[in-house]
Amino acid sequence: MDLFEYQARDIFEKHGVPVLAAAIATTADEAEKAATAIGGKVVVKAQVKVGGRGKAGGVKLAENPQDAREKAGAILGMDIKGHTVRTVMIAAAAPIEAEYYLSILLDRSNRTFLVMASVSGGMDIEEVAHTAPEKLAKIPVSAVDGISLAKAQEIVKAAAFPADVADQVAQVLLKLWEVFQGEDATLVEVNPVVKTKDGKVIALDGKVTLDDNADFRQPDHEALVDTAAENPLEAAAKEKGLNYVKLEGQVGIIGNGAGLVMSTLDVVAYAGEKHGGVRPANFLDIGGGASAQIMADGLAIILGDKDVKSVFVNVFGGITACDAVANGIVQALELLGPKATKPIVVRLDGNNVIEGRAILAKAAHPLIEQADTMDGAANRAAELAAK
Amino acid sequence: MSIFINESSKVIVQGMTGSEGTKHTRRMLASGTKIVGGVTPGEGGQVVDIDGHQLPVFNTVAEAMSATGANVSVVFVPPKFAKAAVIDAIDAAMPLVVVITEGIPVHDSASFYTYAQTKGTTQIIGPNCPGLISPGKSNVGIIPSDITGSGPIGLVSKSGTLTYQMMYELRDIGFSTAVGIGGDPVIGTTHIDCLRAFQDDPETTAIVMIGEIGGDAEERAAAFIAEYVTKPVVGYVAGFTAPEGKTMGHAGAIVSGSSGTAQGKKDALEAAGVKVGQTPSETARLLRAIMGR
Repeated sequence: MDLFEYQARDIFEKHGVPVLAAAIATTADEAEKAATAIGGKVVVKAQVKVGGRGKAGGVKLAENPQDAREKAGAILGMDIKGHTVRTVMIAAAAPIEAEYYLSILLDRSNRTFLVMASVSGGMDIEEVAHTAPEKLAKIPVSAVDGISLAKAQEIVKAAAFPADVADQVAQVLLKLWEVFQGEDATLVEVNPVVKTKDGKVIALDGKVTLDDNADFRQPDHEALVDTAAENPLEAAAKEKGLNYVKLEGQVGIIGNGAGLVMSTLDVVAYAGEKHGGVRPANFLDIGGGASAQIMADGLAIILGDKDVKSVFVNVFGGITACDAVANGIVQALELLGPKATKPIVVRLDGNNVIEGRAILAKAAHPLIEQADTMDGAANRAAELAAK
Repeated sequence: MSIFINESSKVIVQGMTGSEGTKHTRRMLASGTKIVGGVTPGEGGQVVDIDGHQLPVFNTVAEAMSATGANVSVVFVPPKFAKAAVIDAIDAAMPLVVVITEGIPVHDSASFYTYAQTKGTTQIIGPNCPGLISPGKSNVGIIPSDITGSGPIGLVSKSGTLTYQMMYELRDIGFSTAVGIGGDPVIGTTHIDCLRAFQDDPETTAIVMIGEIGGDAEERAAAFIAEYVTKPVVGYVAGFTAPEGKTMGHAGAIVSGSSGTAQGKKDALEAAGVKVGQTPSETARLLRAIMGR
């Protein structure tokens, strides 16, 4: 899960990373109040989970609370690259002398953690990495040892931070490591880290990605979910414990196993090229050992998607038994009754396939069609969706 | 021959007394795997009967190894306790640890992977994987044993069900070993490790490599193939239709910006001379054409 800047800021503060005073606002009124409480000049910053908000006009300096009110009024409701601004952060304005870059991330390629540090902060770091790679220090960090003071000092030296901020930057790195490890983050990025005119080092803007697999030991993370931006079908699926992603197409997909489902989407898109560009409508993995109930829940979600014109159920039974899947389909259609109106192409193979196919054949439901192969089923589902 | 496991592999099950552990111990036994015991901390000393097999339970992997001579461990421990279980196996210098558990925090898997590298005595497969099977010899994990038998094809895949699908497509030819390496961002055994082992395994004459979006393991594997692998390799990559920034089921299956795309992986494999199928069935046909089957 990616966090908003203000959520990252709060987490930084919790772990002792130096940040500026700030508050969030969802109305111009609230923005004015927040600016009054902070005092002096403030920055009004759009809270969106996408880069380039400054260029889009989503970050403005305000001279006083009245000005903050007006700037917030203009920014709230703005669309930035398809993201609606629902919240702004009002932060104290800092007189900046220098901008740096720091991040800690999971380095998948090397199966370790990595710190990236640069004294050329503030701009797009990918640009720096591309045009002046020597200005971006990359230091591997062991997942067992983490960042000690000595390690932090090594990083500061490698990135050639000036002597007057070296100690402060090392301390910030230690605190950022606490954030990274303590919050089960896969990315903690501060861009920029600034040196103010009075010589203080402060994290001015932050980006944090949290590992969903760690939710069981991070009870505070649930409150960070942006429910307003959740697709209603995705929210309903999550409620049922289903692994579902809404897409733009017309063929509803249910399968077992993430790889097979991803492959099913591709095969449908491929088949759809011959049927007017029909595409998959969603990703839905019912997982290993799927029960009839899970199948029924999944089918209900998919048939509730108004974009769906046909459904493709693609199951290769490993642990999952095809007869349980078949029973689930039949039960789901009984439950849904006349609400189920879309054709369903089913391809079953593997564990208990004979029993599974027999159950569907016996049910002889007018919406169900069986297919022998994955490619054939994809083609038929695409054809039905194009009608 | 086969890779990583064979008919003399002696397997212990970490988490054998849990419901998943018991269920899959039963399936592994039924497919001929030599299961010699289980490990559940705090439950050591008992003997459990699983389908007529009397299996001793130990508190630690070290005890299990010294009592049974086990050289493979398969882990069915829930995510919360998985790190401790794998560390226990690494401390015992267990040669091969297959981690089936899905949903382990990546800080934990990065940590036990790093620890295993430091010790240098344990190979980890997974986590979040179906395990591996050398048909007719040994089956460690959850891959169904009745899809196909032994034969000359080596298979490595990030995905469980695509492994099953591909074994099914090529069931008349058979497999030396099929390895599901897992769909997490940090995994112990990579495509490259398996490709090297298949290249060096005399029984394997052709290789199927299945990848998916996320990371750059397939691109690295392509470079490795160009440099090292002389046996024919066909490839398949899942996730062409996956939108940027969305996790597609597997924790590691995510396109970030322009990196980790299926097209990038397919291009890299093709540049290395690997034929890449557009669907699993087409991939199987490409392999048949190469093998003359």
